Amino acid sequence: MSQSEDPYEDLTITTGAVVEPNTSRVNKTGSWRQFKPVVDPDACIACGQCDTYCPDQAAKPVEGKDLYGFDLDYCKGCGICDEVCPTDAIEMIREEK
Amino acid sequence: MAKAELNPSDEQQVMKGTSAVAKGVMAADPDVISAYPITPQTGVVEKLSELVADGELDSEFIKVDSEFNAASTCIGASAAGARAFSATSSQGLKLMSEPLFTAAGMRLPIVMAVANRSLSAPLSIWADHTDAFAERDGGMLQFHAEDVQEAIDHVLMGFRVAEQVNLPVLSNFDGFILTHVQEPADIPSEEEVNEFLPPRDPEFTLDPSDPKTMGAYARPEHWTEARYEIQAAMMESKDVWAKTVEEFKEVFGRDYTEYNGMIDTYHGDADYRLVALGSMCGTIRGVIDQYREQGVDVGLVRPRVHRPFPTEEIRAALGDAEAVGVLTKEMSPGYESALAGEIKGTLYHAENQPPIKSFVIGMAGRDITAAEIGAMIEETMEASHPMTFDEQESWPQLREELLQTGGDN
Repeated sequence: MSQSEDPYEDLTITTGAVVEPNTSRVNKTGSWRQFKPVVDPDACIACGQCDTYCPDQAAKPVEGKDLYGFDLDYCKGCGICDEVCPTDAIEMIREEK
Repeated sequence: MAKAELNPSDEQQVMKGTSAVAKGVMAADPDVISAYPITPQTGVVEKLSELVADGELDSEFIKVDSEFNAASTCIGASAAGARAFSATSSQGLKLMSEPLFTAAGMRLPIVMAVANRSLSAPLSIWADHTDAFAERDGGMLQFHAEDVQEAIDHVLMGFRVAEQVNLPVLSNFDGFILTHVQEPADIPSEEEVNEFLPPRDPEFTLDPSDPKTMGAYARPEHWTEARYEIQAAMMESKDVWAKTVEEFKEVFGRDYTEYNGMIDTYHGDADYRLVALGSMCGTIRGVIDQYREQGVDVGLVRPRVHRPFPTEEIRAALGDAEAVGVLTKEMSPGYESALAGEIKGTLYHAENQPPIKSFVIGMAGRDITAAEIGAMIEETMEASHPMTFDEQESWPQLREELLQTGGDN
């Protein structure tokens, strides 16, 4: 599949706003967050509960480590990850500009 | 309806309105049917479930857990290239409202049969057009049937038009009055429908080997254009509809071609003209006959298609009337009957603007009597320019004693 830099270059509105996948690469939805999740690497057991429950798939395994982290381009700060974390490894802290 | 010439090769069957519509849907051979029961629509999907279970219809019959998901299932199926159908009423149509706007924006030719019913509260299961009119602005074509035969035929023509202009269709027929009536109807055969309705051939479908997003997030620089395209497709659908009724007549023998199939008239050149939608027009025709016998020149103009609005046809059918009375089973609180407002707006461009009186009647299944229609004819004949806003609308069936007492003493 070809991928243009701007997925909207090929937007076909006439037949129902059809476009190549990956529009989320340009539509980053985490910009209006009030709180962000911060992971305590010592407490995280990489169980993936945060990933299971995250409505925006912002929780990701950290490459090369036995640990989960968050893609803040897409995290909206809802705090579900904090609620479901069995080891209390996630803390929601106020976003600062 | 214009009395149809029956195709002698067809067999008329007497069956309940819901079953007859289901048989019409079967003839259209949908790939996917989603179903959630709601009175008075339930019989449509119930019958379709039987036809699938008995092996008479080869469709995926998907039972869902709400009307929201009935509409969403149709969206997914239609996006994947399927011909998709569902049916609903009233609160169910409201629960479908959000996904149906999406279906229009995604340009998916889903056809839905809507057994029209009032909306809560107060709770009522009986017929009026409040449900259909509340979905007016979504980008779905809307038809209103006068009898069961039309309800069947509108579904078939609905698929034909929808799949050419890529917009969903709400095919309205009055709850109980048409859903639960036993009426002879000509059930189209598969062979006839094959001639009339080719297989769906969508330009884009969801396909795992060629991933794409349909109905994508559109930024402000794209959204207006998407909405404009719906409007353009609606306007194009008028021509498509006109061709469709011609083709329908050739294949099935039933003639819906008057005014390009957009409106149907009965003594449409009379001095005084009533306008109404759906099943109440049967009674209106009878009363018109009585008045004409007494020398009163009165006729009926019945929009068959409500979206796209038949603007040119309405101007041609009403522009030279002495006065117009619009009888509606809907109204928009804070303004007036939506249909009356639309007709006034359309005739704004007419050279001779007749006075237009609107009557809110038959709400939530209240009977409309011949005497009441007669009174509305007489009131219409008295209407003259200029009318104040208050004079334009009346609620002839209003029981004022209930307003004073709350109805319990």
